[in-house]
Amino acid sequence: MIVQAIFDRLSGPFSSLMTGLNVEALDPWIEIKAEGLPEIARFLRDEPDLAFNYLHCITAVDYFEPDAKKAAAAEWQPHVELIYHLSSMTHRHRLVLKTKLPRWRNDIAGQLPEVPSVSSVWSTAEWHEREVYDLMGVIFTGNNDLRRILCPEDWVGHPLRKDYVMPEEYHGIRAR
Amino acid sequence: MDFERGIREADETDLRTDELVINMGPQHPSTHGVLRLVLRTDGEVVSEIVPHIGYLHRSAEKIGENLSPRQFLPYSDRLDYLAAMNMNLGWALTVEKLLGMEVSEKCRHLRTIVCELDRISSHLVAAGCYGLDLGSFTPFTWTFREREKILNLFEAICGARLTYSYITVGGVTADAPPGWLKQVEEFLDEFTPVIDELHAVLTSNSIFIQRTAGVGVLSPEKAVDYGCSGPVLRGSGVGWDMRRDGEPIYARMYEGYKFEVIASVNGSYPQDEKYPPVPVEAIVGDSWHRFYVRMLEVVQSMKIVRQAIEKYSQCGGDVGKPIALKMKLPKGESYLETEAPKGQMGFMIIGDGTPVPWRVRIRSSSFCHASVIPELCRGLLIADVPAIVGSLDVVLGEIDR
Repeated sequence: MIVQAIFDRLSGPFSSLMTGLNVEALDPWIEIKAEGLPEIARFLRDEPDLAFNYLHCITAVDYFEPDAKKAAAAEWQPHVELIYHLSSMTHRHRLVLKTKLPRWRNDIAGQLPEVPSVSSVWSTAEWHEREVYDLMGVIFTGNNDLRRILCPEDWVGHPLRKDYVMPEEYHGIRAR
Repeated sequence: MDFERGIREADETDLRTDELVINMGPQHPSTHGVLRLVLRTDGEVVSEIVPHIGYLHRSAEKIGENLSPRQFLPYSDRLDYLAAMNMNLGWALTVEKLLGMEVSEKCRHLRTIVCELDRISSHLVAAGCYGLDLGSFTPFTWTFREREKILNLFEAICGARLTYSYITVGGVTADAPPGWLKQVEEFLDEFTPVIDELHAVLTSNSIFIQRTAGVGVLSPEKAVDYGCSGPVLRGSGVGWDMRRDGEPIYARMYEGYKFEVIASVNGSYPQDEKYPPVPVEAIVGDSWHRFYVRMLEVVQSMKIVRQAIEKYSQCGGDVGKPIALKMKLPKGESYLETEAPKGQMGFMIIGDGTPVPWRVRIRSSSFCHASVIPELCRGLLIADVPAIVGSLDVVLGEIDR
């Protein structure tokens, strides 16, 4: 099924949650509202004509430009984007699902944004969400084991954010 | 005081041991690198297992945001360092997809040759180390002897023995030297009888079967749910291979090639060659099947290499050359998964009009495979843990990135 058809299929039950579609991109994508993620994920997996049983990857991208001059030229407002790569082994079709989050919850620096977890739909998400939390600082509500995974437990900050500054030292070890 | 009374009262029905937490790794020979497992055990039985990763984290994704794609190529070598050719290929194709670029047919066949040779070499390491995990030392020396020959071939073609950076965005760094293809064919001829020897000491060895058959059964539904891929997924009986089912830019490399996707169908395997039979104790999805799939894939890879040599020899033209170091990337996102020996290796690159990508993402198959370890090991014996971890064939360079 092509992405346009999938979009039409989703627009029926979830018309208020769909926010974007791009079929011209290299990997065509559908953008949805973050709060609809678990419902739509479950729908995508369970409907027999969609059957997206395989979650490849969860990626988070930080759209933020620390340089004020460059930021003025940027085409986007600062935000964090989550990208889910899905495919169906039965129907052999692929889909990229996107959702936008604020960089900070309520725009208060330090308050991590929240998004519902899809780990109950695809188990792959369990560790991938932990990684996104660790490196990008997104809280997945409903993931029961949201600990840091690659960085040590007492690490401060989320390294893949564009405004991240490497600490001077870590437990007496010079870090930069 | 009560010690003697305690002994008197502890009759045989009341012999209980306390739960013991055992730490395995990160410096443990059978965790294949720096994987750390924390086992909660009751006697010999593992009740819970928690993997801890990150000991080899080198911020590859962040580094990717600060280098141009060609500069990032050597970092891709260091992901799955046992199959660096396949890592190079994944990165090169992802960037080529973003650039809308296509390499020549000759280059495609040459890439196929080196990638399949590297798949053989990676599977040899997996098989040899798996024997070592289970207490059999001999196959380890045999597989590393054969791998050495492949490394010599790679040394001849690109100068490096581990981190090749040979397949690059836009082609390969240099064409094969004269006489190289003949050496490859000689290697394949020498290697063919070794497979039977490995089957004799491992696949059909009764101790090996007892240690692996029925141990760590991963059902096909679970394998898909956890995002498993490669031999782990196919060992569970799901015939899914990116070389056949992947995106056109990758699957085109294998167009016109005759090879089988090795996965058990109703409990039996394609029998185009004589393989040892599946033992009765083995259940589809167990450690034995994962190992068996790898061994059969080696034969398929050899077939592909032979076909690729023939196709390559018939092609004229050049093998491409690397793109400019500071070539500007178009705006856009490109995600591509390729079939690396360990499983599906995915790269993502987001270009923003400058030579340096906005974001680089690496999706690793071993990462997903490590996440099934708790599921597979629950309720089994401590001695089964190395047997299961070894059969998943994880590489920590790829998990921690």
